[in-house]
Amino acid sequence: MNKNDDYLPKIIAFLCNWCSYAGADLAGTSRLKYPPSILPIRVMCSSRVDPLFVIKAYLNGADGVIVAGCHPGDCHYEKGNYYTRRRFALLKKIFEDLDLEQDRLMLSWISASEGPKYAKVATEFTEKIKEKGKNPAKSKIFL
Amino acid sequence: MTKALIINKGVEQGIIEFLKYLLDSGKVKAVFTLKKINKNGAVAFSLISKSEDLDDSVPFYPLMPVNAGYLLSRFTMKEAATEPVVAVLKPCEIRAFVELIKREQGSLENLFIISSTCGGVYTHKMSADGLVEKNLTKYWDAVKKGEILDDLRPTCRSCEEFQPYNADITVDIVGKNDLDKQCTMLLNTEKGEGLAKDMKGKLAEKNLDAKKLDNFRAKREKEKKKLFDEIEPKIKGLDGLIDTFGKCISCHACGKVCPICYCTLCEFESPDSEYKPSNYETELNKRGALRVPPGTVYYQLGRLDHIAISCVGCGACEDACPADIPVSIIFKKIGESVQKMFDYIPGKNLEEELPLSTFKKEELSEVEE
Repeated sequence: MNKNDDYLPKIIAFLCNWCSYAGADLAGTSRLKYPPSILPIRVMCSSRVDPLFVIKAYLNGADGVIVAGCHPGDCHYEKGNYYTRRRFALLKKIFEDLDLEQDRLMLSWISASEGPKYAKVATEFTEKIKEKGKNPAKSKIFL
Repeated sequence: MTKALIINKGVEQGIIEFLKYLLDSGKVKAVFTLKKINKNGAVAFSLISKSEDLDDSVPFYPLMPVNAGYLLSRFTMKEAATEPVVAVLKPCEIRAFVELIKREQGSLENLFIISSTCGGVYTHKMSADGLVEKNLTKYWDAVKKGEILDDLRPTCRSCEEFQPYNADITVDIVGKNDLDKQCTMLLNTEKGEGLAKDMKGKLAEKNLDAKKLDNFRAKREKEKKKLFDEIEPKIKGLDGLIDTFGKCISCHACGKVCPICYCTLCEFESPDSEYKPSNYETELNKRGALRVPPGTVYYQLGRLDHIAISCVGCGACEDACPADIPVSIIFKKIGESVQKMFDYIPGKNLEEELPLSTFKKEELSEVEE
């Protein structure tokens, strides 16, 4: 038996109000099953997520961080998610350059009608993080 | 070929005479440049409107008290200069100013910019110890030969952007072996030509000596590679970051002097980011022990994320760091890496949009899932 089997990761998910949060809601009302590892934080737009939030979550020990918004072209504010994508790519690059675990960060597009996609993303990302194990930042003292 | 004005005086004397001419002829109302405070090598940027006050100005002094781009931004943020002002800046200072203008933090209106190929500057520490003044002869000798001195700031030793962008006039300094006899000013723009018109001196058609500058750049590149290789293991993973930034005393001086770090309402200065006893309790339950105050790695990573795209590598951060953390090389290394992603050279082109304020509809699909 894998020692990680009873380990439930803690994943912070920044969900945009108009698409991804509604997608998560739909997954719930459709009674789709997905692991209770996701802690959603609703933001008005994915571009409201300052990469600082992601860094803070990571350093404070979140095992994974998801930023989710409307599909490109579908942003409620027309272009917010395009900015998000650039910022996220830049943040990932910095993580990569510093040899931090950039695969603990994920950017996903989930529309209001994609309840099943939300459940799939939540399940798969949780599995991936389970395999990686706990975020080592959680035990660091001098961060 | 560019039009050039040649004055038969040493570079330092020549430029002062030129600045005096600009004031006396009324072409500009003030000069913004470095001026000596005393004889021990203390200098400060000053606005000067009387030409005799230029006597102890030192436009190309090898010290950067503050990044002047930041000072000019504060000077022109609320309104553009009302009268013509000429500023003598280092290449990285112009670049920082341009980045700030892109963020609507300043204006080039009524400003003339004189710059030079830059031989680099010394640290504040050396200036405080009176060593800059003592080293001047050695410094100018090295600049003349296009050599890199070991005691210059690391970020200067490894700077490849020593040729200014957006300068109206570029003074030829690096690798110019007759710089104590001749001051050659390249007039890059019409504004620059206008300034030089009627000034005593010889007009010629000239370019910077590309071969010499390439040689110089190659030396800087070599130094950069060395410094980057040295820093790489020190910022590897969480443990590397803790090793390097763990000794940060959270004074935030690096952010205060950083020209790009311009927000007046900084997240890290906000009372919201102070830890309350309940926050400590949460963290202690998780970790068993916690540094006080916490958040040094968070601060540096956060600052890195916010400014890396526009980091001009001026080195003001490292010069201000009381804990001797090699911030400037870290920021320069990560900065270059993310700038390359968007094919962006900060401060090069005023018309080019900041990469994070624009987008393409089809791009970066590799980060989406």
